[in-house]
Amino acid sequence: MKKDIAQNIGFFLLFTCIITTLFFLGIIIYFIFTLGIQVISWNFLTQSPRNAMTEGGVAPVIVGTLYLTLGAMVFAVPLGLACAIYLCEYSPKSIVVNIIRISINNLAGVPSVVFGLFGLAVFVNFLNFGVSILSGSLTLGILALPLIISASQEALVAVPHSIREASLSLGASKWETIKRIVLPTALPGILTGVILSIGRVAGETAPILFTAAAFYKRGYPKSIFSEVMALPYHIYALMTEGTHPDKQKAIAYGCSLILLFLVLFISGIAIYLRQRQRSYHG
Amino acid sequence: MDSSIKMWAEKVNFFYGSTQALKSVSINIFKNQVTALIGPSGCGKSTFIRLFNRMNELVVNTRLTGRIYIDGENINSSCIDAVDIRRRVGMVFQKPNPFPKSIFDNIAYGLRVNGIKNKDFIEERVAQTLKKAALWDEVKCGLKESALGLSGGQQQRLCIARCLAVETEVILFDEPCASLDPISTGKIEELILELKKDYTIVIVTHNMQQAARVSDFTGFFLLGELIEFGKTNEIFTAPKDKRTEAYITGRFG
Repeated sequence: MKKDIAQNIGFFLLFTCIITTLFFLGIIIYFIFTLGIQVISWNFLTQSPRNAMTEGGVAPVIVGTLYLTLGAMVFAVPLGLACAIYLCEYSPKSIVVNIIRISINNLAGVPSVVFGLFGLAVFVNFLNFGVSILSGSLTLGILALPLIISASQEALVAVPHSIREASLSLGASKWETIKRIVLPTALPGILTGVILSIGRVAGETAPILFTAAAFYKRGYPKSIFSEVMALPYHIYALMTEGTHPDKQKAIAYGCSLILLFLVLFISGIAIYLRQRQRSYHG
Repeated sequence: MDSSIKMWAEKVNFFYGSTQALKSVSINIFKNQVTALIGPSGCGKSTFIRLFNRMNELVVNTRLTGRIYIDGENINSSCIDAVDIRRRVGMVFQKPNPFPKSIFDNIAYGLRVNGIKNKDFIEERVAQTLKKAALWDEVKCGLKESALGLSGGQQQRLCIARCLAVETEVILFDEPCASLDPISTGKIEELILELKKDYTIVIVTHNMQQAARVSDFTGFFLLGELIEFGKTNEIFTAPKDKRTEAYITGRFG
């Protein structure tokens, strides 16, 4: 009897916590949606900003964010995966490797504005890429690296030893085993890491502040050495500068809504891929 | 050299770090015969069979002395590739460990990593090995299904088929029935007896009746030593060593 009461109180508390969390999530989505939907239209999504960014659309801004995110992934996914494979599968168990591992985990905790300054110093100035898509993508890529590495490492470690042994016992080399057995098995976990980092990268403002983002730029970016407008920075610019705060505010909410949907959409694709992979694994 | 001997070990010592797991083990494994290795847990039987396909190399901080021969060839000599040895000496593990792939791909895997690309050949070989492993009738309609959907016994037969596909010469069974029910166990045992026509088989088992049922030769291990080795019916009816007798009659172990 006493046990039952304790159990019910426990469940009730847990349930309350869930509801509270969902409540905040719901409120965020509700406000962004109701405030943002007012400006969303076909023109808003397909045209360029006009009249000092108080009218017109945000198409180049969306494209800028897509380029930056894509660029960051092109850079970070292969590199991060390679690092994870080396650390999990090949590296000897030594103090040095442990230090590397801990450093990578700590890298994930570095404030993003620090990455921004690093990108400014190294990519923009030292390597002379200028304020550009390239510099911004590389900076965002470095930000995403620790996320991708640790998620991939976890996924690789979770691949059972028994199927690695089975592969080796059939005359496969270590590399073949990794390529054909370990990586496909770890793929769902690796994809999860990539999903999370996409969400993170698309929404980051500080790393692109000094390395890629432009306050206003006419037309679409022409090469990877162009400056770009990007959604998170555009929101910041609309809210803090300019001459028509009211008009700009509405557009900023519109941008927030687009950013939210963009991230959900990209995550959705990755989740779909992961699900398909999982159902096959049974 | 006696041509009826497929593999032999000569004064093999094996160490995990500073712990000696095998003490001067010498044994002959006869061609097309089933050799059972029995003994209490932790006596080194599994460690021992894993020397024949060089799987212990994958464990860090281990050391081997003594020699192991297959067809008169020292398998640990520097000019021999472990990958090549593992293709010739297949292994079936304690727990069924199919790949998280389709039934077809599980069998085709070994062929593909050994460089075979011809699709017709692979298809034919998959069917042929599944028949050999007495699994064909149960899975022929679902070759594209995930292997993880099979029962434990079916998975274990799939693992056996996987070995057969790469034209292995020897099959090492490391307690293959430890996680199976008696009916599945019976099927695996039947299969072992069938396979011995074409393959040389070594089986590690905790099940004394199983050793008696399937094997031609039996070796009894205790604390890393091979205490006694001989024809199975002699070991079970007239063991020479007191410790063997005590073990097979269930007085310790």
